[in-house]
Amino acid sequence: MRDEFAATMVALFQQRRDLVFITGDVGYMAVEGIAATFGKRFVNAGIAEQNMVSLAAGLAREGHLPWVYTMATFLALRPYEQIRTDVCLHQLPVKLVGNGGGYGYGIMGATHHALEDVGAMRALPHMRLYLPLTTTDVPQAVDLMAQDPLPNYLRLNVAAKLPKELVGDVTPFAPWRKLKPGGTCVVIGMGPVLGNLFQLGDQALLDDLEIWNVGMLPLEEIPAALLASIREKQRVVIMEEHYRACGLAEALSYALLSQGVCPRSFTSLGAKGYPSGRYGSQRWHQEENELGGRALRSRLESILRD
Amino acid sequence: MQLEERVFSLKKRFLAMYKAAHAGHIGSSLSCAELLVFLKHAWMRAEDTFVLSKGHAVAALYALLAEDNAIDPRELASFYGDGTHFPALPPVNTLKEIPFATGSLGHGLSLSAGMALGAVLNQSDRRFFCLTSDGELDEGSTWEAALFIAHHKLTNLVWLIDRNRIQGIGGTEEVLSLEPLDAKLEAFGFHVVIADGHDFTSLLHARDVSTRALAKQERPIAIIANTIKGHGIRYMQDTVDSHYLPMDDAQYEQALDEVSQAHAAAIARTRDAG
Repeated sequence: MRDEFAATMVALFQQRRDLVFITGDVGYMAVEGIAATFGKRFVNAGIAEQNMVSLAAGLAREGHLPWVYTMATFLALRPYEQIRTDVCLHQLPVKLVGNGGGYGYGIMGATHHALEDVGAMRALPHMRLYLPLTTTDVPQAVDLMAQDPLPNYLRLNVAAKLPKELVGDVTPFAPWRKLKPGGTCVVIGMGPVLGNLFQLGDQALLDDLEIWNVGMLPLEEIPAALLASIREKQRVVIMEEHYRACGLAEALSYALLSQGVCPRSFTSLGAKGYPSGRYGSQRWHQEENELGGRALRSRLESILRD
Repeated sequence: MQLEERVFSLKKRFLAMYKAAHAGHIGSSLSCAELLVFLKHAWMRAEDTFVLSKGHAVAALYALLAEDNAIDPRELASFYGDGTHFPALPPVNTLKEIPFATGSLGHGLSLSAGMALGAVLNQSDRRFFCLTSDGELDEGSTWEAALFIAHHKLTNLVWLIDRNRIQGIGGTEEVLSLEPLDAKLEAFGFHVVIADGHDFTSLLHARDVSTRALAKQERPIAIIANTIKGHGIRYMQDTVDSHYLPMDDAQYEQALDEVSQAHAAAIARTRDAG
């Protein structure tokens, strides 16, 4: 998604010149085109995230539209109070872009993973999160963010590849999207980890799953069709490459309960951290956390048997 | 109105506010009263922006704005009370003269740098003045901002440090030494000017030196304003207590009396010098 994001920034700059791009000294082989296009409006603020975020708030106060880019965990957590106080409380249109959500930085290890970024951002006042699934989502999400007067957080990752023969043409990026119908279980997920369902190579299993994607948080009104499916199937699985606390499962459980919807089975498949104490690629961590590969398949089979 | 007259009026106003509210942070406001008057009435233009990074002294800023009728003095009577627009630290998106709710220390300089950079990108000649405490120099974000400001030669930004040498529960040199502060700031790339933060002659001189230096557009300015916490009121001066404790009736009378005496002496000095 990083390359699509960079290309979108360059294109957006042709339409409006109030953009300022600030990087926390990351983006090798990604932001060079932005730098060349933005000129003085490209700022490498150095490895200084707290200053970088407050700086963006000051720029926004002066009428600019700052985009602040670095690794997701360093963006969401290191300058958290600056985001809360300088950006969110003041309702300034600062656009935070975190690369490598979840286990995105793989073998780089725990310090570089972002397993609580969505929860941290969700907790903030006036903050709206954009959670693209595919490469084509990225320019659509960026365009929406550019028009959004509120603070935003964009979570980038390795995009999901959705097989056309299974999902057809995916509808445009939206707060809610139904990716495919299915028989006995509703799966709701955020981010590219949802794409792992299509890599399982088990058509019978896939036929059982009605799959929905959440593109934005806070949750917008749950579609009536989704509520009807949950009431009918009574079995819900949440998928997110994020800790359950403060993530999508928590958001959805509140949203459903507050509408009197309480399915018999409600399972959260999320990040558990580092159960074995070992490290590996993003794919490896996903499998260890039952978010991909055989472990995901086995867990889903178990859920469907219950 | 002379600067001495203005600061006398300002101090009377915020002392009355603190007394009515039975509130602390009095020493913090007394530490920077002359600095606020000096900036507002002897340096800043209408289009310039001030950021009070040491937000705990906002009573002095509210009073300054009320003196200028930017705040309705009747509304300011609600200071510190339930339902007020004027809490103990700067409010969010309430007054255009207070662009950011500061008070969480270590934010103001970065915010000012962002606005200053924004003005440069807008090809505006607006200027930004940021007053930090010295205690908040403990915050790493202040030094991140300092690196940025120097690197980008933001000469439309003036950083003033209220150097009263007292922080939360001790002296700055006891808690986390800042000295040699001027050398540190110089090493970061600032042109450092040192002034007496309670003396208008010294502050005006600092302004002139700074203006000449800024005109070269080579290095940003940091003004170390040596001050005294609780300045001008003997029982408060140079004490940690003056950060926290409200005044009782007798202390308030003493404060007013000493501020009045100091003002009379300043006027006399000005007359003799003239």
